[in-house]
Amino acid sequence: MINLAARDVLHGWGKFLFTGIGLGLLIGTTLTMAGVFRGMVDDGQVLIDNSGADLWVVQQGTLGPYAEPSSLRDDTWRSIAGMPGVADTGNAAYLTIQLAHAGKESRVMIVGMDADRPGRPGAPPYLIAGRPIQQHHYEAIADERAGLRVGERVKIRRHDYTVVGLTRRMVSSSGDPMIFVPLKDAQEIQFLKDNDALINERARTAANPAFNRPGVPGLLEAAQASATQARSVNAVLVRLEPGANPDSVAGEIRRWKRLTAYTKAQMEDILIAKLIATSSKQIGMFLVILAIVTAAIIAFIIYTMTMAKVREIAVLKLIGARNRTIAAMIMQQAIALGLIGFLVGRVAAGLWGPAFPKYVLLLPGDAIAGFGVVMAISGLASLFAIRAALAIDPAEAIGG
Amino acid sequence: MKSFTRRNLILAAFAAAFLVAFGWIIATQGPLAPISVTMAKAAEMRLERTLFGIGTLEARRGHAVGPTVAGRLDKVLVDHGDKVQAGQLLAEMEPVDLDARLAAGAAAAAAASQRVHSAAAALAEAESRARLAKNSAERYADLRRRNFFSQEAADAKAHEAAAALAAKQAATAALAAAKEDARRAQSELAGTGKSRAHLRLTSPVDGIVSARLAEPGSTVVAGQAVVQVIEPDALWFKVRIDQGRSSGLAVGLPATIALRSAPGKTPPGRVARVDLVGDAVTEERIAYVALDAPPENLAIGELAEVTLQLPPIDKALAIPAAALTRQGNTMGVWKLVDDRAQFAAVTPGVSSAQGQVQILSGLAAGETVLVYSSKALAPDARVKVVDSLVKQPQK
Repeated sequence: MINLAARDVLHGWGKFLFTGIGLGLLIGTTLTMAGVFRGMVDDGQVLIDNSGADLWVVQQGTLGPYAEPSSLRDDTWRSIAGMPGVADTGNAAYLTIQLAHAGKESRVMIVGMDADRPGRPGAPPYLIAGRPIQQHHYEAIADERAGLRVGERVKIRRHDYTVVGLTRRMVSSSGDPMIFVPLKDAQEIQFLKDNDALINERARTAANPAFNRPGVPGLLEAAQASATQARSVNAVLVRLEPGANPDSVAGEIRRWKRLTAYTKAQMEDILIAKLIATSSKQIGMFLVILAIVTAAIIAFIIYTMTMAKVREIAVLKLIGARNRTIAAMIMQQAIALGLIGFLVGRVAAGLWGPAFPKYVLLLPGDAIAGFGVVMAISGLASLFAIRAALAIDPAEAIGG
Repeated sequence: MKSFTRRNLILAAFAAAFLVAFGWIIATQGPLAPISVTMAKAAEMRLERTLFGIGTLEARRGHAVGPTVAGRLDKVLVDHGDKVQAGQLLAEMEPVDLDARLAAGAAAAAAASQRVHSAAAALAEAESRARLAKNSAERYADLRRRNFFSQEAADAKAHEAAAALAAKQAATAALAAAKEDARRAQSELAGTGKSRAHLRLTSPVDGIVSARLAEPGSTVVAGQAVVQVIEPDALWFKVRIDQGRSSGLAVGLPATIALRSAPGKTPPGRVARVDLVGDAVTEERIAYVALDAPPENLAIGELAEVTLQLPPIDKALAIPAAALTRQGNTMGVWKLVDDRAQFAAVTPGVSSAQGQVQILSGLAAGETVLVYSSKALAPDARVKVVDSLVKQPQK
């Protein structure tokens, strides 16, 4: 028995194929949108995972360091390092800046980390080129998306930094590539003012009679020296001993150190449920609408494709084809169209996904779910078409 | 039918190519793809070790020249940048009444010296009198023995002689007192002169004036610097080195110094001093590095990047530092076992400036380790070995 669907498709295969490809591009857009949404969540997730911390200790009462500003003295780690259950600590300073390099501007997150020995919390866990930071000044490790190469020198505020290593997927919660620098440099970048501001501040201090009294030489100098110190960090990252309970250690830090501590689960909640909540909902909403539109278009295409064949179906009926044969033809065509659409869509999403400026994460689960949905919609849409086809009067084959 | 077959073939080829593309995308992208890694062999090598610090140029000895008592500044004779010699007058304080007191002291000393002369003359007279009275008394006593005079007359002469002797002794004492008085006046004069000289601020060394901190007419307190003098041939860099990377810091280590004002040049130097007391707040140690041949026109306070050369380790089993990683709280490396990543704990030693790290135990020479990876490795992760993970050739 010949396959009616295949014969019909081959009859007008160009039209069928291009319809399928067009549909595929639409499905690809939907899949990409899902990928953008997943990528957004993943940005938050990798930020947490790559920091290598089990606890984040921040200024009391803040949601820092990613969601809110938080400021701690950089010797706070000393008292935390001695607490039971704490294996290692690392100071961290975060600052998002606009980096101008080689004539181009890009947004990057500067991460200050303790670089005195390997494996401190806050250091990038893996590299794709170069070496880890060895000096405690003026060396940097950049995410590859920052567009820097190993050996290049990049100017950040006052100083030139040598890029010694590259890493991948080290991004801030908003997807900006990270540049890791030694902590003291990051403190300087973050807290030290520019020269004009420093000079103005010195003049203001000098004009203040409380700091510039006659007969007390040295007072002014002392006051000015104390004003230009950069002694803060944004968070202390804590790694726990194996078997230590994060909640109880965090509780101890909150209770006795008068600081706020977040566990990994809490930090995920802050980043994913609070920080990117609105923008991810925005994307999610768009994704829902796009999915509905895609479904509607698939249904319309299959319906109109069937309706375009009214005369042929009428002829089939006239020559005595069974309803089942006609229904199978329409159903098979719809499924085939859906399949082509999905495959084209997945390939298209896979091809243009990496070109996006932010991370697009195409999960296999999403693809499988998308496949199921496309197939279901195709099948469902074909039911309407079948119903319409079966209602066709065989007389139409000969009628006007 | 023939055209159908050809069309079928084309379509089949198209479908096949498409499925291959689909399969390629699934296999190479997304979470199903193996992790790309690069490998390196652990090898015995020479490890050049360095320490790195940021230094500011300081004068080894800065002399803050100022008065020892409060007063008003009369004149400042030198300015910033002037070369001065040891003992050269730099500035002078207003003497107030010291000059008048000096004149009074000189006059008092002169008067005292005159009084010494007067006392000496009085002594000469008293001596003469005593001599006369003694002769006279001896003569009377002789004549009395032959009974030319009464006893009374002889006693009177003896008394005169005794009195004249006492007068001579008094005159001697008066001379000594006058001399002491003259010495006191001299000392007082010298003291006043010293006080006066103290108001003259002179340079303790041959050097350069690095700061003029007060102007004539201003009142300065005791100890406040008026002029600062430094020795230009004794400049060094105060270098701050992170405690965590300071092991091996010692006097005599050779250094290269990258001055901020002279990019591209790295004049050599040497560690001249290591402070026993570090900076507990910034967690840094402080070393002083002197330039072997200081260039002209060095600016005090200039920033420099100082790299100290530690003695190299000649034979060390080393791997690229990027290969050293952490799983939980254990340091280790990833090894390739049957195309899958396996973690092996190692004990790392020192790391070199070129990005090599010494392995003390846990790895044998010739063993391969995974260096770079396209994402974080997990135990049993599927990996694919590639040459490089970045497109551009590394410099």
